[in-house]
Amino acid sequence: MLQTNLCGINLRNPTILASGILGVTKESIDRIGKNGAGAVTLKSLCHEERLGNKNPTMFGYGNIFLNAVGLPGQGIDNALKDFKTLDDLSVPVIGSIYGYKIEQFGEVAKKMSRLKPAMIEVDISCPHMDYGKPYYADAALTAEITGVVKKNSGNIPVSVKLSPNVYDIKEIAHAAERAGADAITAINTAVGMVIDINVRKPVLANKIGGISGPALKPIAVRCVYEIYEDVKIPIIGTGGVTYGKDAIEMIMAGATAVGIGTGIYYRGINVFKKICDEMLIWMKKNKIRSLEDIRGCAHE
Amino acid sequence: MNKNFKMQCCETIRNEIPQIMEISEVVSEGKGQKSFFFKHRISCKPGQFIMVWLPAIDEKPMAISYNNKKGFAFTFQVIGEFTRALDALKKNDKIGIRGPYGNSFSIKENACVVAGGVGMASVSTLIDALKNPWIINGARSKEHLIYAKRYKSKNVLFATDDGSYGKKGFTTEILEEVLSKNKKIRIVCTCGPEIMMKKVLEICNRFKIECEASLERFMACGFGVCGKCMINDKIVCIDGPVFNSKQLNEMTEFGKFARLKSGKKVSLGEYHSAHS
Repeated sequence: MLQTNLCGINLRNPTILASGILGVTKESIDRIGKNGAGAVTLKSLCHEERLGNKNPTMFGYGNIFLNAVGLPGQGIDNALKDFKTLDDLSVPVIGSIYGYKIEQFGEVAKKMSRLKPAMIEVDISCPHMDYGKPYYADAALTAEITGVVKKNSGNIPVSVKLSPNVYDIKEIAHAAERAGADAITAINTAVGMVIDINVRKPVLANKIGGISGPALKPIAVRCVYEIYEDVKIPIIGTGGVTYGKDAIEMIMAGATAVGIGTGIYYRGINVFKKICDEMLIWMKKNKIRSLEDIRGCAHE
Repeated sequence: MNKNFKMQCCETIRNEIPQIMEISEVVSEGKGQKSFFFKHRISCKPGQFIMVWLPAIDEKPMAISYNNKKGFAFTFQVIGEFTRALDALKKNDKIGIRGPYGNSFSIKENACVVAGGVGMASVSTLIDALKNPWIINGARSKEHLIYAKRYKSKNVLFATDDGSYGKKGFTTEILEEVLSKNKKIRIVCTCGPEIMMKKVLEICNRFKIECEASLERFMACGFGVCGKCMINDKIVCIDGPVFNSKQLNEMTEFGKFARLKSGKKVSLGEYHSAHS
């Protein structure tokens, strides 16, 4: 009932580990697969090794979760040696990539392709990267990066991960689609800050961070809803999905699959199985046989 | 104690912003080693840790080394930028604390506790919870030995690399002697340099005695999300930091490899030089 086809990849269910949570090692993504995820996304890798920001880099606060890890990663060259291949796990793997300059996106995509991921996700939207120009907020730059990555990814489908921190997300999604993107991942975190009033300083070492968790969900649902009206390619709806009802809501907005990241913080590694079980209960109760029957139904 | 301090069970409401606390007492434990005491109650089990925040500097995990009705403490050794900044703090200064996090040691009698250096801090509340454990406390030299006078048990044995206190040599040599002479010992709990713990595990395997070791890896979150503290498929902050014989024997990275802040897998030696 939950089987999902995402750009020709058969997922046993629509839940996908979102990039940035636990996906540092091959053994951890395998473990996420064993805990029920339909697919898993690696933590983003670029052309070089990065240490990321100092701690605190993340904390939870009621229904919000704030992070500014600063894109730490071993770099694609170390990852090639560490992972060897990504097609030998029990779950499809999505390789998340980024660069500083546009041509570096292509370089990293080319190397990532050698690891044979089921899909490549292009992270143009991390709120903590100082790109000079924010790629995620410019339709022309988004299109250019999408084109470069597509050219270097062979037959591997490419999804472009968008930011909610833009004036018009539809325009950006449309640009990615026109440039050849096979899917859209929406959304990355929204930008925020928490100040500790006792020490009179922002809690995050980076001061500003990305908001995720249940508080992000209405923003994500709105973005997915808007993008669905404007593009034909599938959407991986990501942002605040914590319970089965959230996944259903995201699919009603138009998502083909749902990304889950911070949900692990709230409900543990087996959040994927919990969400799938809750979706099945809801579907049975509402006599829904296939997710196709409700996909995008909020638009009708 | 603030009620929010303890991690809440409710699935979607969790508060893990550091609580700002005043250092009520600073105790020098050895060379470059201090304990900070706090007059706050904390509900924790032996072997659990807290995240210690120095605003605008960094945040690191620290074992809870004293815990009673009056409050709790953690003990650190100066090794890098963060611990140097800690070292500069005084009584009444304020720092941020969140936690406790992680699992805990099994509390089983007829236990032998083996600690190397500041690793003693991670097993100290376990010792407090046991009736009369064997304690093997080792360090580089007398001046680096912590808690030398803390335990009144007659079964406390000391080892120093230079022989300046207790036996000259390694804790593992004493462990072999103790296990040979005392067939009642059922479990060995250990914390210290990973090479030492690996040796402790091998000895326990040979004597067919259960072993539990508290491991250290670079951490950012402390609650199983960031994925930095992985050792094989285990997440040290939530699956550990305490692991049992079966888990330790299955870990191909134990005693050999660790991951840098970037996630790159390197030898333990390279990991430690990058962190000091």
